[in-house]
Amino acid sequence: MNQLANIDTERDRNWLALYENMLLIRRAEERLCAEAQAGTLPGTVHSYIGQEASAVGVCSLLREDDYITSTHRGHGHYLAKGGDLDAMFAEIWGRADGICKGMGGSMHVADVSRGILGANGIVGGGLAISTGAAFGAQLEGKGKIAVCFFGDGAANQGVFMESMNIATAWSLPVIFLCENNGLSEFTVSSQVTGGDLIDRARAFGMFAEQVDGNDVIAVQEVVARAIDHARAGNGPCYVETTTYRIRGHLEAEDLFLGGGRYRTPEEIAAWQTAERDPILRFARRLIEETGLSESDLTAVEEAVAGRVEAAVQFANASGPADVELPRRVTFADQQP
Amino acid sequence: MPRKRYIQAINETLFQEMERDDKVILIGEDVELAIFGDTRGLYERFGPSRIRNTPICEATLTGMAVGMAAAGYRVILHMMFSNFVYTGFDAIANQMTKLRLMTGGQMELPITLIAGYGGGRATAAQHSDSPHPVLMNLGGMNVLMPATPADAKGLLATAVRGRNPSIYLEASGRGGDSGEVPDGEYLVPLGKAAIAREGTDVTIVAIGTMLKPALAAAKKLAEEGISAEVLDPRCLVPLDEEAILASLAKTGRLVVVDEARDRCSAASHIAAIAADRGFADLKAPVKRVAFENVPMAYAPNVEAAYFPSAERIAAAAAGIMTKAKVIS
Repeated sequence: MNQLANIDTERDRNWLALYENMLLIRRAEERLCAEAQAGTLPGTVHSYIGQEASAVGVCSLLREDDYITSTHRGHGHYLAKGGDLDAMFAEIWGRADGICKGMGGSMHVADVSRGILGANGIVGGGLAISTGAAFGAQLEGKGKIAVCFFGDGAANQGVFMESMNIATAWSLPVIFLCENNGLSEFTVSSQVTGGDLIDRARAFGMFAEQVDGNDVIAVQEVVARAIDHARAGNGPCYVETTTYRIRGHLEAEDLFLGGGRYRTPEEIAAWQTAERDPILRFARRLIEETGLSESDLTAVEEAVAGRVEAAVQFANASGPADVELPRRVTFADQQP
Repeated sequence: MPRKRYIQAINETLFQEMERDDKVILIGEDVELAIFGDTRGLYERFGPSRIRNTPICEATLTGMAVGMAAAGYRVILHMMFSNFVYTGFDAIANQMTKLRLMTGGQMELPITLIAGYGGGRATAAQHSDSPHPVLMNLGGMNVLMPATPADAKGLLATAVRGRNPSIYLEASGRGGDSGEVPDGEYLVPLGKAAIAREGTDVTIVAIGTMLKPALAAAKKLAEEGISAEVLDPRCLVPLDEEAILASLAKTGRLVVVDEARDRCSAASHIAAIAADRGFADLKAPVKRVAFENVPMAYAPNVEAAYFPSAERIAAAAAGIMTKAKVIS
């Protein structure tokens, strides 16, 4: 973004980077949704559209060697933590140049070299993994932390309680980052959830805060304190970002719903307004509170569009996944 | 070579491996006091940053092992009784055995699960299972079943130093059994069977704890003039198919003994390999001596009635010596 001459403060540069990262996730996923609807992708796509401020706000404050675990809705976390877009698209296209060489797909993008321990197809699957990574980080003593992204649906898995318990008992540097979008797959979470989720964390006496998850700056403010708390060795934290999933649980979910529905079009539309959509909101704030202009944001938009198009071309140009790979990779140094 | 108890061989190996590599971390329920004796003394020697009691939460512990490994540690997770593998099964089946492939080989998972298995001690059905068949079927985990104190040492050291997840099934009822154990560095390669007794008439493949009754059966058979070869696979994944087939080629007859329930057991898998790759060598049907397809009972007389015994093994072997063709 250095070509934008009218950015003169560090804050404005940081804010523009947040905007660009959110927009990249949004435009990348819009393209994935379109491809999925067109039937050009081999598997399913679970989009993060509408929740971008959570991943970007959190990951903008992490070190490269910090760990994250993600969910089945993991493209945003992967990109926000620095994962490569081209390699992610090639992965979702099921190609050899995918970040996981085509062995994981959309629900399992991972880049271990960047601490991205993987999106996960098991709801709640990251809770214990991040707790274990935090234990490793604590033993290592280099100030690393682990952030576990999970949803309100996963909060009803027993491992949530177990992980919070052991993290509290051992004072582990892990942040349980609950992205509460109000939906557990195709069920409204309030229908299947007892009490308030944050009270579960409070029961352990841990740092527990809730924040508007569609306000990237507000997310940063709360998470910055949580990170300081965890990195200083004061134990685990719970941060709940309240947000909303705009797209279905997965693309083409209507095929599964048999004409039924679990929410109204009006409810969805209410979260897409300029007041609530995390990207539209932040764009307005950039114009109002920084020296940036509409044309600067348009330039960002064009740059992002170019990256997305390039990623599609990269994926399409990549060769097929290696059929031998499961036999070679499942075990290190031995035959399966 | 000094004689040592099975559990003592495991204990000494844990000391050896934790001395050797300070990235080796051992966690589990009650490991500081060590109810089986295998982890005894480790806490006093290595302290809470290397060995630590956990809460009773297997579903989280198996997932934590994955995270600890991803953070660069060699993890030994003691799961106490092997039935608790089921409680912790999600992360074993969905994460530990799959993430290396699913990340395209990015994730190293040097994890050793230890669990005591098997019956014979009136612990009833929730503390006596032999869960190796379901673990063999996962396709991303080594399955080790040492039957002797020497193999207990050699296989454990190999597993802990390895790069892959392994389950090391400890023969709970055999902890007091003694045998010769090599001093110092001793590694048993994975996927190499051992011939426990040579013979020429029938091969008895004995899995884990079944080695002892199989050897007793071989002795009985010898008294009847039948020469049984007893083969201990030692590992079920990777499995030394060539050694089994070589023995079968020599004897022409095969009995497989497994403490797991018969249906989809290691015994049935080995029998299938014999039918597929050893068909031309078979002079008689392959027989399986395994647990019946029911849970294990508490009462010792009932438990014993269902257990593969030396008598049942010998009868199965003798049965295929006399009946060369179809067996009822």
